[in-house]
Order: sequence, then structure tokens, then C-alpha cells
Amino acid sequence: MEPPLTDAFRIIDEEGNLDEAAASGLDLKKEDLLELYRLMTLTRRADVESTALQRQGELAVYPPLIGQEAAQIGSAFALGESDFVFPSYRELGVAVTRGIDLVEYLHFYRGTWHGGTYDPIKSRFGMVTVPIASQIPHGVGYALGAKLDSKPIVVMVYFGDGATSQGDFHEGCNFASVFDVPVVLFCQNNGWAISVPVEEQTRAPIYRKADAYGIEGVWVDGNDVLATYLVTKQAVERARTESRPTLIEAVTYRVGPHSTADDAGRYQPADQIAHWKGRDPLDRYKKFLTREGHLDKSTEAQFIKDADDLAAHIRAGIVGAPPAPESELFEWVFAEKSTGLAKQERELMEEAQADG
Amino acid sequence: MAEVTMAEALNEALRRSLSTDDRVLVLGEDIGRLGGVFRITDKLQTEFGRERVFDTPLAESAIIGLSLGLALYGYRPVAEIQFDGFVYPGFNQIVSHVAKHRYRSRGRAPVPMVVRIPFAGGIGAAEHHSESPEAYFAHTAGLKVVVPSTPLDAFDLLTQSIADPDPVIFFEPKSRYWSKQQGELGSETLPIGKARVAREGDACTLISYGAMVTRCLETATAASEDGVEVEVVDLRSLVPFDLETVAASVAKTGRAVVVHEAPMTAGFGAEIVAQVAEEVFLSLEAPILRVTGYDTPYPPAKTEKYYVPSVDRILAAIDRVLKY
Repeated sequence: MEPPLTDAFRIIDEEGNLDEAAASGLDLKKEDLLELYRLMTLTRRADVESTALQRQGELAVYPPLIGQEAAQIGSAFALGESDFVFPSYRELGVAVTRGIDLVEYLHFYRGTWHGGTYDPIKSRFGMVTVPIASQIPHGVGYALGAKLDSKPIVVMVYFGDGATSQGDFHEGCNFASVFDVPVVLFCQNNGWAISVPVEEQTRAPIYRKADAYGIEGVWVDGNDVLATYLVTKQAVERARTESRPTLIEAVTYRVGPHSTADDAGRYQPADQIAHWKGRDPLDRYKKFLTREGHLDKSTEAQFIKDADDLAAHIRAGIVGAPPAPESELFEWVFAEKSTGLAKQERELMEEAQADG
Repeated sequence: MAEVTMAEALNEALRRSLSTDDRVLVLGEDIGRLGGVFRITDKLQTEFGRERVFDTPLAESAIIGLSLGLALYGYRPVAEIQFDGFVYPGFNQIVSHVAKHRYRSRGRAPVPMVVRIPFAGGIGAAEHHSESPEAYFAHTAGLKVVVPSTPLDAFDLLTQSIADPDPVIFFEPKSRYWSKQQGELGSETLPIGKARVAREGDACTLISYGAMVTRCLETATAASEDGVEVEVVDLRSLVPFDLETVAASVAKTGRAVVVHEAPMTAGFGAEIVAQVAEEVFLSLEAPILRVTGYDTPYPPAKTEKYYVPSVDRILAAIDRVLKY
């Protein structure tokens, strides 16, 4: 199966050839072009490392993003420092781009703490959100807050193709439009919602759903990092200057399983995976960079070393990391512990002490 | 002394909160130019403008989710859910996110907000307009559940709920919206989490909240005519639950009847009975009884009188515990 991508916006083709006209809006310098590739290299390595850590029992579960690096990094690269991201659960590439400590991010998947251990407010990167599409209204609300406060903050919300079936997607798009909020709703259409292919999820092109809410809908080749960057940059500008939302559908492909607990062999056709592996976003972008003479051997070697360092950092922080102490079960349920909760905590602590 | 209805008291609590804290926002369906179907937000949009008091599209899940995002930004949203039976589309947002945000973020990203819900029956309303869903929320860690029973207390509890650092599900007993009380708003303030002894007595304790507190007081008056003095405890909040005040009362009277409109099975009454029994078992002269709605869907308006606990049903329960 090959989705008809002919009309989706694209800047570089499979062979790394640049479409000059399409690229005319690009504002990236050589170091930016290389930084995109560096982030993609880091993400690929961290993603593979995370899957390995799950196989070794160090993570409880992990949802790989392999194949979606261009969609995640191209979009996140378009954000400013004070902008705020609301991720779903497959956005490690966005976390890398936003400078989140991946050990703190992966503590979510290790089962150390729900929401990981990073500070979602300071890092401008919300907590991993598992219930599908439920983060969309949160992002819209945060964006409304920024607008009411007259702050030039743009909110980016990530979700997948399956999320577009949920009420929260429709309600979120509608609220975003009605309240004129500075939000970018970024859908990574990776072809699959666990085992259900997108053509069984919806019969309408996702980007065209924007019409129903009176907002801009954009269709982009999500395996083209430059195209994804450019359309997102335009959407971010629309949000910042006009306070209007945009729905972006980035067409990509989930090369890996839904999660490490999934057996994609039961449903995902091998030839389809092979086909998309042949359209790898890193390979495509590398071809472009090499052709343009931007990427030399020593730069690439440095990126690989950076990626190895990141993998080592993840491994050092995750392997054997202690669980949260039992007393933390009762922290942060409320600002102040109620009498009833304090009693339950005492009981657990006494039991823990008795067990030595 | 001024006389105030519960609807006016709630309206004034919103007004003063909007005045004293510019982070407070009021939102919901029909709460702007209409002033809410019960007029609880009457005139607030005119006074505070459309940026602070605004109508939303008709979608409860997004109303809650939007409020969470606003709270995360730093606002204090007060969202109105038009009727009890309409909160369910927002249930996932409340349970999965609002309740857990402080916890998941290790205290870094709390979402203080209030969800106001007119609840319970007794006003002859259509289906889905008379339900008592408080137990669902009391069962969910991370939510405070507050239920006023009088106008003055409604003012205090709503004011406190808006200022509270945690999310509050605020149930307004809609059959009491037009009840009146003499007194000054804000003159006598008990914190959230403290129950109130609404009437003193020594024969039996009636434990209740919301509109049923009034029903219990009517029952107490009737019992008094027969020489039986019952104590009435108004919980004011289910979470936190003031076991101390309730247990002290039951220890004194030795008998208790719990009254609520919600169905019996797994209702909040079951929790009250369990905790009180555990705390004051040796003081009990009789099993603790419950007088509640039946384990049926809330019935049609013409038959709701059979469902909502009546003075006679409560008197019968008192009789049983006294004769045990």
C-alpha cells in the first residue's frame, strides 16, 4: 500500500532532490540544516536504545517512533523557547528537540513515575498523555490562557491518526477555532492505530477535517523534515500573529510496532514495512545534505558520537534506577494530605517497617 | 439582616471571587448572556466582560479539558456543567487528568479549578436532569467533593473552593436554589473538610449533605414532636470527609442513619457507614441504616416522590434504630 502522497507538500524528494520553488519560504541556515540532521540522528539512536532497554527489562514498555523522526523534529524545530508542547506518548523526538532530559522522560516508561520526572512547566513540554486525544483540549485551554494574558506563546499539540476519531479531537478543533487560539494541532498520520489501518479509521483525509471547524488544514509529507518544518513554521506564525489555529496532517509511517508489547506481525504487512523502510526520513535527508555539500564525514562522525553519548547517558540513568520510595505514593494527591490519607500512609509505612 | 437565596449567594460568591482574583474565569454553556439556566451566573458577563465570563460551545469534555489547560497556564477556571446528567462526557477529563495532574507532575503542575454541577432531583425535571453522581467523584483520588446545603454555606464553600489549591467538584443542590436564609454572606466561615452539626439531639444522628440536610431537619422537627431529639450532621464536603465530627456525634447518640438521594449500592453512604462503624463500633446501639434513592435509574418526574428520601422513610429508619 502506498498512500497517494502526490499532493502533500514536499520540498525534498526520495532521492534528496530539492524543489526550489517549494523551498522558497525556508529560512534555515547551514547550521540549522545540520542541526536538524543531528537531532534526527540522536532521536534514532535514543529510540533504538529505548527499545533495547525494554527488551532488557529496564523499561516496562516503550512505543518506538522509528520512521517518524522527520515529522517530529521538523515540527518541533519550528517552535520558540517559550512555546508549549502537549505530547501524546510517542514523542521522544520532540522531547529531544525541546531539550528534555531523556532519562527523566523515560522514567515514565520505566514505571518510576507517571508523567516522568522532568518539570513540565519549566521545560515547556507537557506530561506524556496516554488517553487518546485528551491532551488536545488541554493545549487549546493553555493557548487560550496565553491569549487572555496577551503573551506571544504558541501551543503545539501532538496526536496520531487514531486520535482523529475521538470526541476530544473534534471538540478541541472546534474550541480552538471558536476561541481563536494560538495553537498548532499536529497529527502524525503513521498509518496505524495499533492494528487498525488509517483507511478503517476514517474515510476523509485528516487535513480536510479542518474545513469542518473553519480552520486552516495542511497536508505535508511527514518524512520530509524540511517540508514539515516549513509548514509548521507557517502555522506557528499564523498562531502567533493572527491567533488562529492550524491542523497539520503529516503523512509518515510507523515502521516499528505500536509498542514493545505489541506483535505487529499479526497485522502489519511485511512488504508495507519494507516499502516504508526504503523511504527512511534520515536517508532521504542525508542524501540532500550530502548532495548540497553540507554534510562532511567529520560532521557526521561527530553526530554519531553525540548519539552514542546520549545513548550512554540514557543507559547510565535508567539501568538499575531505584523506584520511587513507598512514601511518595501519598505525596501530591492533594496540596495537603487529608486525615484519611495520612492514616493510610501511616499504615503502609508501619507495614514497610515491619517487613524491614 | 438581609435575606438571601442559595442562587443569589452562589452568584455573589462568583462575583466576589472575580473581583478579588483576576485569575478567576467563569465558563460553561449558556452562562454568559443568559446567566445560566438557573441564573447562577446572572449579570456576571456584563460586569466582568466576555474575556472572564464566557459561553463555550456545547461539549462537556472540552469544557473540562479547556479548563485544565487554563489552570495549567495559571488561571482559576470555574466551569459550569449545566446539569448533573451532562457531566459524563467530561468524566474522562476529570478522572484521567484533572484529578491526577498534581500527582503525575510530582506537585509541579497542579490544576486548581472548580467544576460546578447543579445536582439531584425534586424539581420535576426531565430525564438526565436529577441525578446524584457524587460517588463517582468521591471515589477518584485527587478531587475534593463539596456539597453545600444552605445559602450562607453555599457562599462560603464556593468562595473557598475557587481559592482552593486542588480541583473541586462542587455539587449544588438545585432544589435548594430558591431556599432563603437570613444572615450576612461570609460572616461565619467553616473550612472545607469540616462538617457542621445542623441540629443537636441525643437519640440518633442523621448524617447527610446537600438538599437532604433540609429533609433531615424536617424529620428532626417531626421526631421532636414525638419527644425524640435527633442530631443532624451536614457533611459539607465528602472529600475530605470529616470523620471526627461525625464519629463524635454517633459516639454521643449511639445510633445513626445516613441519608442521601443517590442510589444505595456503592453510594457515599456506604463509605460513611464503614468508617463510622470502624471508628465507634463499641458505642453503637444499633446497626447504621441508610435511607437513599433506590438502585434504579432516577425515575420520571411524576414518580420521583417515591424515590427521593421522604420524612416518613427517614422517620421509619429512626424508629428501627431506636427499637433495635
